[in-house]
Amino acid sequence: MSIAAETSHPSFPHRHLLGIEGLSRGELVSLLDLSEEASKLSRQIAKKRDDLRGRTLINLFFEASTRTQSSFELAGKRLGADVMNMSVGTSSVQKGETLIDTAVTLNAMRPDILVVRHYAAGAVELLAQKVDCSVINAGDGSHEHPTQALLDALTIRRHKGRIEGLIVAICGDILHSRVARSNILCLNALGARVRVVAPSTLLAAGIERLGVEVYTSMWEGLADADIVMMLRLQRERMTSSLVPSQREYFHFFGLDYDKLARAKPDALVMHPGPMNRGVEIDSNVADDARSVIREQVEMGVAVRMAVLQALARQLPNR
Amino acid sequence: MTRTHPLNQDRHGSSAIALVNARLIDPATGLDRKGGALIIDGVIADLGPSITARTAGDAEIIDCAGRVLAPGLIDAMVFAGEPGHEHRETLATASRAAAAGGVTTIVCMPNTEPVIDDVALVDFILRRARDTALVNVHPMAAMTKGLKGEEMTEIGLLHEAGAIAFGNGKTSLANAKVMRNVLAYAKDFGALIVHHLEDAPLASDGVMNEGEVATRLGLRGSPTAAETIVLERDIRLVELTGGRYHAGQISCRDSLDIVRAAKARGLPVTCGVSINHLTLNENDIGPYRTFFKMKPPLRSEDDRRAMVEGLASGDIDVIVSAHDPRGAEGKRRPFAEAADGAVGLETLLGAALRLYHNGEVELGRLLQALTVNPARLLKLGGGRLAKGAPADLVLIDLDRPWVVEPEALRSKSKNTPFDAARLQGRALLTFVAGRLVYNYAE
Repeated sequence: MSIAAETSHPSFPHRHLLGIEGLSRGELVSLLDLSEEASKLSRQIAKKRDDLRGRTLINLFFEASTRTQSSFELAGKRLGADVMNMSVGTSSVQKGETLIDTAVTLNAMRPDILVVRHYAAGAVELLAQKVDCSVINAGDGSHEHPTQALLDALTIRRHKGRIEGLIVAICGDILHSRVARSNILCLNALGARVRVVAPSTLLAAGIERLGVEVYTSMWEGLADADIVMMLRLQRERMTSSLVPSQREYFHFFGLDYDKLARAKPDALVMHPGPMNRGVEIDSNVADDARSVIREQVEMGVAVRMAVLQALARQLPNR
Repeated sequence: MTRTHPLNQDRHGSSAIALVNARLIDPATGLDRKGGALIIDGVIADLGPSITARTAGDAEIIDCAGRVLAPGLIDAMVFAGEPGHEHRETLATASRAAAAGGVTTIVCMPNTEPVIDDVALVDFILRRARDTALVNVHPMAAMTKGLKGEEMTEIGLLHEAGAIAFGNGKTSLANAKVMRNVLAYAKDFGALIVHHLEDAPLASDGVMNEGEVATRLGLRGSPTAAETIVLERDIRLVELTGGRYHAGQISCRDSLDIVRAAKARGLPVTCGVSINHLTLNENDIGPYRTFFKMKPPLRSEDDRRAMVEGLASGDIDVIVSAHDPRGAEGKRRPFAEAADGAVGLETLLGAALRLYHNGEVELGRLLQALTVNPARLLKLGGGRLAKGAPADLVLIDLDRPWVVEPEALRSKSKNTPFDAARLQGRALLTFVAGRLVYNYAE
C-alpha cells in the first residue's frame, strides 16, 4: 500500500491508545498526517475546533508531569472539550486497589476520554479494563509513552521528509525509559534503523530482540546517525550504582560537540525533556541550531490533538 | 525411620472398605496391576488381585471401574494462611481444596503471622489441623527466629514437637554463616532444611523473569543467577556440614545442572519444582496477568522444558503445588505491585497429568514425585500403596476432562493461573486414613 493511499483514508479503529505496540504502519502514518494538520491549526490565531465539544476529558496523573499534562490540556481545549486535571500524588495513594477504585469513581462521572499517567507498567491498561470511556496512555512506568513517540516521529518527518532508512540513535537510560520503548516500536514500524547507546548497566535485557543495534560507546553509536535522541538520566541512578557519577556519565555518554561530530552534519538533536543540562546533554548542544527540542514540545500539542480527534471518531453517539 | 502424625492417629474410619476392580499403582515399587485394596482401621490391610467383591466379606465395597488407585498426593509446599491470613485461606479450606485435588498430606509453610518459629505455634497448627482439616497437615517451622535470618530457632524442640522440616519462608537466608550453622545443627536431629532460592539484592526490584518479555512489558526482571547463586552457595555449605538440604523450588536449567552435579558428588541434596514451572512460562503473563506472578518467577520455555526433563530423569525429586492463596486486594493491582503466588492444590494433579498425556513424563515417574518421593524426603509413612501403609488413597480418572472454574474452587482465594484451563484427569475419591474425604460425584 502506498503512503498516499494511507494518507487519503486516515483510519484509527481503536477505542484506546495504550501503546505503540500493536499499531500498524498505516495507523501510525495516518496519526502523523492528522497531527500535521493539527500543527497548522496551532499556528493560526483562531486555534479552536469543536471536535470534542460537549465531551469531558480528564487528565489523571499519578506521577508529576508538567509538559505532558499541559500539552494534553491544551490539546483538549483547542478541540473544545471540557478538561479536568487530577493529580494523584504517589505518597497520598494507597497503592494498587486505589487505582481501580479511582477508575471506578472517575468512570461514574462519565468522562469521554481519560488521559492517564502512572508510575507502574501496565497500570493504564489495567485501568482501561475498568472504565467505559476511551483511555490514552500518557506514560506507564518503564513500559510505553505512545504520544511521545508520535511527536518524535512527526518532528523527524517534518525535518527529514521521511523516516524510512534514517539512522536513529537513542542514547542514555534505556533500562528505565518508556520513551525509548515506544520510540523503538514506532520508528521500527516506520522503517528507521534504530540504535540504542548506553552503558551496559542501563540497557534492558534482551533489548536487541526488539530490533535495535546495541552500542555501549557514543563514538561508535553516533557514527553517521541522522537523529541523536537523548534520554533523561535521573539522579537516583547514581545512588543505585548503575553509573558512578555525573561527571563520568557526562564524559562517556553526555552529548557534547565532540560526540555529535560523529553523527551526520545535518543530524537532529532531540530530547523528550525535561533536560539535565550538563548531565546527558551539553548546554550549548541543547541550544544548537541542530536541536529540535523546542519543536518537539510544539509537535506534542499537535500529536495529542490528533490522537484525541482519532479517538473521538470512535466515541459512541456520533 | 518414619514419623506418624503426632495428633492424627485416631482419625481413621472404623469400618472396613474394599476398593475393588482398580488399577493399583504403587509408584515406589513400580507395581501396576489390576486388583483391589482392603482398608481396615485406617490402614491398607491387604492388597492385590485377590481382593474382589466376592472376597470382601463384610467390608463396604467400592467398585473402582478399572481406574487408578494410587497413594494420596503429598504436597510439600502449601502456604495456608493460618494463622494471620485467614481471609485468604484457613487450614480447613486448604484441606478441602487438597482433598478435592487428591492430596492427602500437606506441609504448611512457616511464613504466617506470627511466624511458626516456636513450639507453641507448631502445636497450634497440629491442633487446628486435627480439629478442622480433612487431610494430614504437617507444619514446617522457621529455621531462624521471625524468619529474619539472624538467630537459629529451637530446631531440636521444634523437631520433637512435630515440625516436619525447616525453612525460611519466601526469603533466602542471606548470611552464609547462619546458614552453615543451621545446616550443621539440624543434621544432629536428622532434620531437613528446605530453602527458598533468591538472592534478594540481585533480584531486587525484579517482578518477573529477566529477558525480552520483561523488557517489552517495561517490567524489571530477576535473573536466573539470583536463584543459582544461592543454590551454589548452599551446596558448598552442605559439603561443609553434611546437613540434609532440599531446594524447595528450582525454576531454571542452570539450577537443575547444579543439583545434578551435587547429587553426582553424593551430597544429601534434593530439589522440588512447582507445578507452575512445569506447565507454564513467562509468556503466559501476557498483558500483565498478575495470577502468573510468583516466586520464583515463571521462566523461559527452555527453562520449563529443563524442569520437565529433570522430572523425567529423576533429578527433580518432588512436585509441589506451591499453593499460595491471594485475595483480590493483592492481585487486582498493577503487575509490579501485585502479590506473588498462585493457588494450586485442586489443579496439581490435573495439571501434572498434562505432562503424562503429552508423553513428556511417564505416569509412574510423575506419581513418584507426588507421593513416595516427598514421603521419603519428609520421613512420612504415606506415599505407598502397600500392605500396612496408611490408607491415604486417591482414585484417579486419568482421562476425565474438566474445565477449571475459579468460582468452583474450594480454596478461599481464586488466584489460579489455570483459570478456564481444560485439564484431563482428576481425583474421583480421596481417602485419608481410610476415611472418605472427597467424592467427585457429590
